[in-house]
Amino acid sequence: MTLLAQSQLQETFELNIGPQHPATHGVLRVKVIMDGEYIVKAEPVLGYIHRMHEKMGENRTWNQFWPNLGRLDYLSAIAYNHGYAGLLERAMGIEVPERAEYIRVITVELNRLQSHLLWFGAFILDLGGFTPLMYAFDEREQILDLLESVTGSRLTYCYFRFGGVYNDVDDDFITGTRAFIKRLRPQIPMYHDLVTKNVILMERLVDIGHISADMCRKYGATGPVLRGSGVNFDIRKNEPYSVYPELDFDVPVYHECDSMARYMVRMDEMEQSMRIIEQALDKMPDGPVKAEKAPKILKPPKGDYHFAVEAARGTFSMRTVSDATNTSYRMRLRSPTYSNLSLFEEASRGMLLSDALAFMGSLDLVIPEMDR
Amino acid sequence: MLASEGLPPQKEVVEEVQAAEEGEVDPKAKKKEEEKPRENGLLETDYAKRGFHLDVQVNPDQVVRSAEILDSEGMTMEMVTGVDWLKDGQFEIVYDYSFTGGELFRVVVRCRVDREKPDVPTISEVFGGANWHERETWELFGINFVGHPQLERFLLPDDCDYYPLRKDFKL
Repeated sequence: MTLLAQSQLQETFELNIGPQHPATHGVLRVKVIMDGEYIVKAEPVLGYIHRMHEKMGENRTWNQFWPNLGRLDYLSAIAYNHGYAGLLERAMGIEVPERAEYIRVITVELNRLQSHLLWFGAFILDLGGFTPLMYAFDEREQILDLLESVTGSRLTYCYFRFGGVYNDVDDDFITGTRAFIKRLRPQIPMYHDLVTKNVILMERLVDIGHISADMCRKYGATGPVLRGSGVNFDIRKNEPYSVYPELDFDVPVYHECDSMARYMVRMDEMEQSMRIIEQALDKMPDGPVKAEKAPKILKPPKGDYHFAVEAARGTFSMRTVSDATNTSYRMRLRSPTYSNLSLFEEASRGMLLSDALAFMGSLDLVIPEMDR
Repeated sequence: MLASEGLPPQKEVVEEVQAAEEGEVDPKAKKKEEEKPRENGLLETDYAKRGFHLDVQVNPDQVVRSAEILDSEGMTMEMVTGVDWLKDGQFEIVYDYSFTGGELFRVVVRCRVDREKPDVPTISEVFGGANWHERETWELFGINFVGHPQLERFLLPDDCDYYPLRKDFKL
């Protein structure tokens, strides 16, 4: 802002980024008012792939809504599956077998790993480094193969069911996952050697894109964005669900509030996800993967229900109003990057345009999830 | 615990306190009760069943005050949304708050407005994040957030003249 105040001419012009622009990773448009190279106001314009999933939720039966969950956040779709399963299990009081819960946690964490790996590659690509993308996609491919073998799809997962999961995992998946963790673990320090201490990266990320903890609170930002601002908050710890309380893992928190802090949070989260997967594989009991008593036709009692999960980008919560029929009366999907991006206008004021694009990358946007 | 700490000036917001435990009520009696809209008041809900701890219904003119109280307690605005109660001729506006500073605590604030004149004051002055949520609710329901800085088309095309989440909008 000080630099802005120094500008004598006060001549501004309007710049349009997107909706087709590689830096936005999807069809997001940002209307920017510029003063030279500095941003006066940046207004994100949403809705280019709006599909009205919430109305679909009111017109489809509870079971028919499953495929929609895979099409919101295409990078952490299994976490969205988990949110929907948890919501209805809470409403109907369905007990989930323990093995199913462990399978859920393993697949969700694998999904989180591949989401963060893709973000890592694409984020560094935004900043001009091409090589890390190749490494990240190599690892990511392994995860997609593993998940494909149990869920049947590579991206738009529809794997969970009310009261369990669709399909049991086989021995190939378990040995394959163990082998993969063994392979990925030494890669993370290698990524740090390759990228993190790179002086060009540090110049672009350190002290850029400051988001205070209070700004996060006012805008409802969650996930790595919130944890990069020094707030120790993770739904897996603070509002435990599934079998997360039985697993030992840490929540990485950085207090610098800048783009680098958000980068570090995600890198450390990959380590923690690997820890969770290893423990879950060890602890997974034998048994059924689907509740036998789960009803085929669901009619949850009248009332409001709310359920939140920690997706790769933050808190994904669902709220539904049931009128005791086989469809929802109102289905509300709260996506994390919608709230995370809403602070962009305030946080990017007075920023250099090139810094703002790096900042946008550090928010880890997935457009279909925002537009819903 | 937080129920007493989180909302100290309870009487300002709440006119009558219903401490009715859910599930204790005879299901038949409950059915009768639900036929008409709920009275204003504060309800402690069963978290395991519902997913939130406190459920508060207020008048539209108390919405901003409730946001200020929850803001001063360090709570986060998580989402704002609407529900169309066509039979009652009312819209319900639902505000979800959560506490991210420690053990999670969720509060739901709701208010009802007449379907013919759906005016409710904006809380975007208190919580900046409510701006987008209210804008979306305005666009999809036609609920007018009085004092909102930018009630423009957001997710839908600029030229559409319908409110898709209203129950009388037929596919």
